Amino acid sequence: MDWTLIFSRAVEAGIGSEAIIYALAAIGLNVQFGYTGLLNFGQAGFLAIGAYAIAVTVATFGLPFFLGVGIGLLLAAVMALLLGIPTLRLRADYLAIVTIAAAEIVRLVVRSVALSDTFGGTDGLQAFSGSFYDMNPYPPGEYGIPPIIGFDNRSMWVLTVGWVLVAIASFILFMAMKSPWGRVLKAIREDEDAVRSLGKNVFSYKMQALVIGGVIGSLGGFIFALSRSAVQPDLYSTDLTFYAYTVLILGGAARILGPIVGSMVFWLLLIFIGTGLENAVNSGAITFITVNQVGAIRLMLVGLGLMLLLIYRPQGIFGDKREISIDAR
Amino acid sequence: MHAESLPAGKAAALKAFEGMAAEPGVPKPDPILVVDNVVRRFGGLTAVNVKHVEIQRGSITALIGPNGAGKTTFFNQLTGFDTADEGQWTFNGQAMNGVSAYKVARQGMVRTFQLTKALSKLTVIENMRLGAQSQKGENFFRGLIPGLWRGQEDEITAKAEDLLQRFKLDAKRDDFAGSLSGGQRKLLEMARALMGDPQLVMLDEPMAGVNPALTQSLLGHVKNLRELGMSVLFVEHDMDMVRDISDWVIVMAQGEVIAEGPPDSVMSDERVVDAYLGAHHDAPLSAEEEERQLHEAEAELDKESTE
Repeated sequence: MDWTLIFSRAVEAGIGSEAIIYALAAIGLNVQFGYTGLLNFGQAGFLAIGAYAIAVTVATFGLPFFLGVGIGLLLAAVMALLLGIPTLRLRADYLAIVTIAAAEIVRLVVRSVALSDTFGGTDGLQAFSGSFYDMNPYPPGEYGIPPIIGFDNRSMWVLTVGWVLVAIASFILFMAMKSPWGRVLKAIREDEDAVRSLGKNVFSYKMQALVIGGVIGSLGGFIFALSRSAVQPDLYSTDLTFYAYTVLILGGAARILGPIVGSMVFWLLLIFIGTGLENAVNSGAITFITVNQVGAIRLMLVGLGLMLLLIYRPQGIFGDKREISIDAR
Repeated sequence: MHAESLPAGKAAALKAFEGMAAEPGVPKPDPILVVDNVVRRFGGLTAVNVKHVEIQRGSITALIGPNGAGKTTFFNQLTGFDTADEGQWTFNGQAMNGVSAYKVARQGMVRTFQLTKALSKLTVIENMRLGAQSQKGENFFRGLIPGLWRGQEDEITAKAEDLLQRFKLDAKRDDFAGSLSGGQRKLLEMARALMGDPQLVMLDEPMAGVNPALTQSLLGHVKNLRELGMSVLFVEHDMDMVRDISDWVIVMAQGEVIAEGPPDSVMSDERVVDAYLGAHHDAPLSAEEEERQLHEAEAELDKESTE
């Protein structure tokens, strides 16, 4: 067993681009689900919009990188408005149905053959991250704490930008949730009629939460696209959304640090188990499964872990049991 | 005269109703709420069909009626929580039909609910703060800069603490509202409604589920609203409470206003008694009928004893 390799992979995943992407996706869900009680099951669609906005703007149309960033943020907001206008006046479950379908529509549009000139079909798009890496201040080389952590200069640049985005998003939410605005959201999560009877425009607040959460999700899409220098439609399927929910519940919904720590712990454990199992199979320590089965077993363990979490600690790592919106009795 | 020993608000309300005809739709000298031809249908059932009704400013008006009379539905129409199929109503002379619930509340017409809606995962003081109107910090961008709303928040908090003291909830200030008893939740809901400085307070069954020990205190608070210049419209089943605190009573049955009047006379009104007792539905109409029913009952008893 190569424990150094297992630990190194796990720690790198815990602070790497996956942790950032899922932290941003979960921060967005935290605004919507954690604080406001809106069930957005289409967060993957918002990440896809962010990722494809940069890729299409730069790779397909040859326009500047920052224009792509602006378009991504704008489209995420527009998408949230489009989903919210018909559904936010209805019961909460309708939003869940509409968002899960909308995210699939986004994925199916960008992978369609008819539009492959624009979106690149199932292969996706590459060659759009050049100007992002041109801004990289890190000279080439290895960074980190050998032998556990080691990143090249390109990863260092992605991680720096990514964690700064996570910090900015979290700080803004921290300030917002302490304010009377945040108080209205938490009240809506509990009983929107009560809030309405006190003269608050509930529809407007729910819409704001949906837009802010979606825009933060699109930031995750930016990092997803840039860290891989490629976009592929099938990476933005519904499992991304449900992993993000797992991250949020693990860390603790309605807590500022919940999604961040949740994402780090989630990826650390996931890669630790995956790499550990692979290593154990390769070195002959485990003989009853093959390397090809490790991926599936890892997924089963995520499902099992989520179930145990909801039964025994629905408030997650940081949550306060008295004020969680998930009720697992 | 004995009127001098009464509180000013009560005396003024009694004076306003003096000599008023006790009939449905009677005009009031200074109405705060005027309702015309409000109809609400659910499929084939007409739940509310109110021709004309006025609520006197500065008074406590009770809305009573048997179960299913449409009282709560009527409340929901007036406060924008449900849409009326037909009709108009004005609040302070302003047309309110089709106005959404939150705008109704902003205009100064605030309601409470039959099933208390204390926000149990917020603390008592946060519940109270939520009730205040036009808060600067309730805008997302302004909320990000505490300097812009901190001052107003302090004023709101001071006002909330004042109200909590009046409602004897100050010891619970930092507890989650979920830890309060049913009666305390009713008190909190009422206190929270007052944070918005309403002109008309609409209480949907304020006494339902309240511990008898708290009843007197709640009644006192409702009476006090009138002394503070607010108007109160409430739905209630507890007749003792209605007799005790209301200046005027409106009776609904099957969606219509069937009677109006001062509490004492309205409760002896034949139409009201009929509405409550089911209008002779099961009572025998003739001597032969009575005889037949008696025989049936006896036969039933015999059958049971032989079995």
